[in-house]
Amino acid sequence: MKTSARLRPGGQTPTLRSATFPPVAATQRRITPQTTVDQVMVEERAGAFAKRSIKTSAKLAGLKLAISMMDLTTLEGKDTPGKVAYLCRKALQPAAPKYGVPPCAAVCVYPNMVKYARKFLGDGSPVKVASVATGFPSGQYPLRTKLDEVRRAVGDSADEIDMVIDRGAFLDGDYAKVFDEIASVKEASGPAHLKVILETGELVTYDNVRLASEIAMQAGADFIKTSTGKIQPAATMPVTLVMLEAIRDHFFATGVRIGMKPAGGIRNAKQALAYLVMVKETLGDDWLTPDRFRFGASTLVNDVLMQIARTVDGNYQGSDYFSLP
Amino acid sequence: MKTKPNALKIAGRKSRAGLQNGHPVVPLRERRLNFGDKWDYAPAPEESKNYLIAPRHELFINGKFVKPQSGKHFPSINPATEEKLTEIAHGDAADVDKAVKAARRAYEKVWGKMPGRERGKYLYRIARIIQEKMRELAVLESMDGGKPIKETRDVDLPLVAAHFFYHAGWADKLNYAFPGRTPRPLGVAGQIIPWNFPLLMAAWKIAPALCCGNTVVIKPSKTTSLTLLRLAQIFQEAELPDGVVNVITGVGETGTAIVQHPDVNKIAFTGSTDVGKQLAQMVVGTGKRITLELGGKAANIIFEDAPIDQAIEGIIAGIYFNMGHVCCAGSRLLVQEGIFPTVVRKLRDRIQTLRLGNPLDKNTDIGAINNKPQLEKIRELVQSGADEGAEVVQSRCPLPARGYWYPPTFLTGVTASHRVAQEEIFGPVLSVMTFRTPEEAVERANNTPYGLSAGVWTDKGSKIFKIVSQLRAGVVWANTYNKFDPTSPFGGYKESGFGREGGLQGLAAYSRLD
Repeated sequence: MKTSARLRPGGQTPTLRSATFPPVAATQRRITPQTTVDQVMVEERAGAFAKRSIKTSAKLAGLKLAISMMDLTTLEGKDTPGKVAYLCRKALQPAAPKYGVPPCAAVCVYPNMVKYARKFLGDGSPVKVASVATGFPSGQYPLRTKLDEVRRAVGDSADEIDMVIDRGAFLDGDYAKVFDEIASVKEASGPAHLKVILETGELVTYDNVRLASEIAMQAGADFIKTSTGKIQPAATMPVTLVMLEAIRDHFFATGVRIGMKPAGGIRNAKQALAYLVMVKETLGDDWLTPDRFRFGASTLVNDVLMQIARTVDGNYQGSDYFSLP
Repeated sequence: MKTKPNALKIAGRKSRAGLQNGHPVVPLRERRLNFGDKWDYAPAPEESKNYLIAPRHELFINGKFVKPQSGKHFPSINPATEEKLTEIAHGDAADVDKAVKAARRAYEKVWGKMPGRERGKYLYRIARIIQEKMRELAVLESMDGGKPIKETRDVDLPLVAAHFFYHAGWADKLNYAFPGRTPRPLGVAGQIIPWNFPLLMAAWKIAPALCCGNTVVIKPSKTTSLTLLRLAQIFQEAELPDGVVNVITGVGETGTAIVQHPDVNKIAFTGSTDVGKQLAQMVVGTGKRITLELGGKAANIIFEDAPIDQAIEGIIAGIYFNMGHVCCAGSRLLVQEGIFPTVVRKLRDRIQTLRLGNPLDKNTDIGAINNKPQLEKIRELVQSGADEGAEVVQSRCPLPARGYWYPPTFLTGVTASHRVAQEEIFGPVLSVMTFRTPEEAVERANNTPYGLSAGVWTDKGSKIFKIVSQLRAGVVWANTYNKFDPTSPFGGYKESGFGREGGLQGLAAYSRLD
């Protein structure tokens, strides 16, 4: 059974838009069809960002910015409080003070680890605690248990909730169910920031990514996020670009600035800089901040630190000179 | 199992006190993207010190660099700095005569009767040397013409090599190119090329001519002779037989001397429509073959159902690639009325992210305008657009103090009766117009004396086929723009010229088909 309020690409989106958003000037109220994405051109454009040559001072500043935007992540069945402690300490102090590296944005853990992360970081820490939730990574659980999970994580003082959308419902065309779940999770998250994981590797087409982004933003996401990291492909430049463009259009339509988090697959400093170039040239300076852009990564941090040390000291150091998260 | 739509609940919860879902709402008037200097890119210049430019360049006749008969030279300027790069020989009719004689001799004695498979070996060799020297040629092309290194490195030079490789492949297969016909060379080809793609235009002209067994006398534009002379050195290095390619640098009259020389069998010209018409008149009754690739005023048509963000990239690539010094530039933007405000807003933001400056900087998107008269022409035409009531939108990027620069610009409120909608500007200036129906789009797109190229943007494949078949333009791109390939014939309708370059059709232009 499908609800009557089903959303379809090009079809009912405007109904929902008008129900969701306050009336604005007449020019903004025109009903525009769901925009489409051309695969060839979006991949070409995404490739162009990676061709920017980021050198010397720009490189150092970009790498430090990247560190400040990192959600250091551990999402494994074998996670323990001990492992989370490593992660938290690394996030607070990624490198020796002489490098002037800022703390990471957050640590991202499973719900059971939230209370330990909070304990290690303390209250008022510059590093936020993010918890995946809603039956991560599959999302194939009843809404009731998903909401319960979210409330517990927030109760354990998670600052941010990284939820997954119901890809099954999305691919089945039940966009209203996807929307409603996100809206319910947003409500259950209370003061915590909500990142909505689209799992773009399972949505496959750019048109789907674009539509899912739109649904998530309208339903109350604070951030939209590419991937769980459990499915390949995870974050790619073109997928992230499609989502950044959706964020841009959402901003002009509503006046709300939504954040972006590519996650999984960003492994080295050069890739991180290419993503920052893409943000800078697509959304501008207002998004070049940890409040609006994050990297979800487990192994990226030390490669970035290695490049920072290289830029500051003039020579590369071996991997043993950088503490493991 | 019903899911309960709670959109209404959300709607009831948000719009208090400028907050929506707990987010601050930026008022309509203040919604803009801020492309500032929060994280600015440091300079990233391509290394150029190691490529030495001789203080003086001579003519290339019969395999040797020789002084012009007049003894005169003229300066060649780097348009990004206005500094003199070198001096170029001023060739005149006497030099042209020497060159044509050398080309005739090479044609009769060597090249015309050489088997295709042997000619192919030379072309392969030239293509490989170009590949080896790609970085150097790209740097020189950027210094000489003001083109950003990103474009010379990633577009011009790879295409130059590709044209030689492609035609090298044809050289021993010409007998199979035209079933039932036997292609034979024409003789001596006189070629005149423009300043917008100096090396690439040389490749477009020289490679098919040599492939088909012709010899060449070629004249570059006055402002961009340097890289063609460097290519002549590559011909020497490849041991191309003397006289097969001759380079005569000079001015307009030098080109005229080539066209009027009685022993030239074929003229190939790329340049302005005015000059093309004059040249066409000169060859009337002489029996010389001629192909012309002239100006354009291409329509880039964006339908409502287009992938808009990608169409914006296509618009940018269409008009700001190579500072708009492109004969097939998408200089007339036809936008369906329903998406006009969106497209204009996105274009406004997008041109702000184009980086203008040192052509040798790897992050430069917009280089220098090739020469001063062209800069003045661009200024004059934009002024006419403003005088005729169009709104001029320009990037706020700072312009360097020295050199010839023009910021990325587009004009809205343009109608078909504006000069900027009719005349080729040949600069980074886009005229934006609207249409209501597909029929109107086609009518307006065809409403120009030119017909070189066009673009169509829609998500609907059937619409692409329908529109494309109605457009009178030599090249039509669908959901992309300014894509070139040696296998694809290029050329125009109407005042954009005749004849095709590239592909099978390009071979036919340098062959007599018996």
